[in-house]
Amino acid sequence: MTVGHMFMRSIIVLAALFAMAALVTPPAPACAAEPGWLPKPSRGQGEKCVADTDWMRRNHMKALNHQRDDTVHDGIRTPRFSLKGCIECHAVKAADGKPVTAASDKHFCRTCHDYAAVRIDCFECHASRLGEKATTGGNTGSARPERTDISVLAQYLRSVGQ
Amino acid sequence: MSCKSTSTGCKSGAACGCAGSSADATDDVRRDFLRGAAATAVTTIAAGVTLYAFGAEPALARAPGEKVTSKVRWGLLIDASKCGDGCTACVTACQTENGWRDTGHPETDAQWIRKLTVKNPKNGASFSLPMMCQHCADPPCVDVCPTGASFKRADGIVLVNKHTCIGCRYCMMACPYKARSFIHEPLEDQKPHAPRGKGTVESCTLCVHRIDEGRAPACVEACSDTAGGAMLFGDLNDPSSEIAKRVAAYRTTRIRSDLGTDPGVYYRNI
Repeated sequence: MTVGHMFMRSIIVLAALFAMAALVTPPAPACAAEPGWLPKPSRGQGEKCVADTDWMRRNHMKALNHQRDDTVHDGIRTPRFSLKGCIECHAVKAADGKPVTAASDKHFCRTCHDYAAVRIDCFECHASRLGEKATTGGNTGSARPERTDISVLAQYLRSVGQ
Repeated sequence: MSCKSTSTGCKSGAACGCAGSSADATDDVRRDFLRGAAATAVTTIAAGVTLYAFGAEPALARAPGEKVTSKVRWGLLIDASKCGDGCTACVTACQTENGWRDTGHPETDAQWIRKLTVKNPKNGASFSLPMMCQHCADPPCVDVCPTGASFKRADGIVLVNKHTCIGCRYCMMACPYKARSFIHEPLEDQKPHAPRGKGTVESCTLCVHRIDEGRAPACVEACSDTAGGAMLFGDLNDPSSEIAKRVAAYRTTRIRSDLGTDPGVYYRNI
């Protein structure tokens, strides 16, 4: 076999490989680094998440379950793994400017859960958007008020001491 | 209104010398406490929930990451003589705060707090009072719950953990005060701080989300703001608290105390 034959054969093999690759790989969107069929959950508003993205992908449910038991039974309301914190930071605005609820497939949680076909039960009871700031009570996840309202209780205690 | 800390006659909360400046000081101490910087705050963390003395002004505080403890027992004292006939300020405030409402189905609608009018049929004398979860020390609802969803928090607040509630409604049968409701229909747009959903039982939480922030329950606030000021909230375990003083000083009644449930809600003039 001559050098010319070997050269031609390698050209043919390469061409065949390229043709197969073009058949197998779906066409990527022009400007996207990731294939279009992957879910694209909304990025949070802060610089980074409360934990590494890889860790959150695998363990966010464990963190939320742990936090929920601490909150319900022990009154621990730290903002780091608060469900309200996730929802507030990753809120997706609808056309009317309000955050979407879990009824929309644009909702942060639903983007991945729809893709993975894992049903979320959280929002049968929990609010899936924070909407307006809680006016008469309740902190709003990570946006815990700077003034922790001790002055309010102090005022109340003063008023009952009349 | 008088200033509790100095026993002098400060007439206005804003103008009173004990209000504005000490509230600011309170916030400063609170921030130090959150940073873990103040030496006094560190001792307080070790002691759990404590009645702080910020200058001369007491205020209750607990760091967000700190567990509730049984050193506190939250309770209410309701003076029926100050409770207006037909006034529903507490009920409305609770609905607004926690997002439950009448939907025109009185048999099945959720009802965290209701107004009762009690009448003596022989002489016509009547009075009215609010009725809600009595936050018993020995709650029958907790005794009967098959999943442990109905529980009493360390600070005396009786709650339903809706994550484990299976909706059997045994607790509703056991409660002598008819304080609990079952949610029959799917709900939307719940309050972020008050999750509620179909298939679970619920009742007054004593506005646990507000208490965890150091605020009084919504009903108490509404009653003192716009109504007769019939409701008093505080720590029954703290002898220096206003509620403990009044419970010690006056004759009070706890409803169906014969059942031995040791309710945390006291009534006067009933």
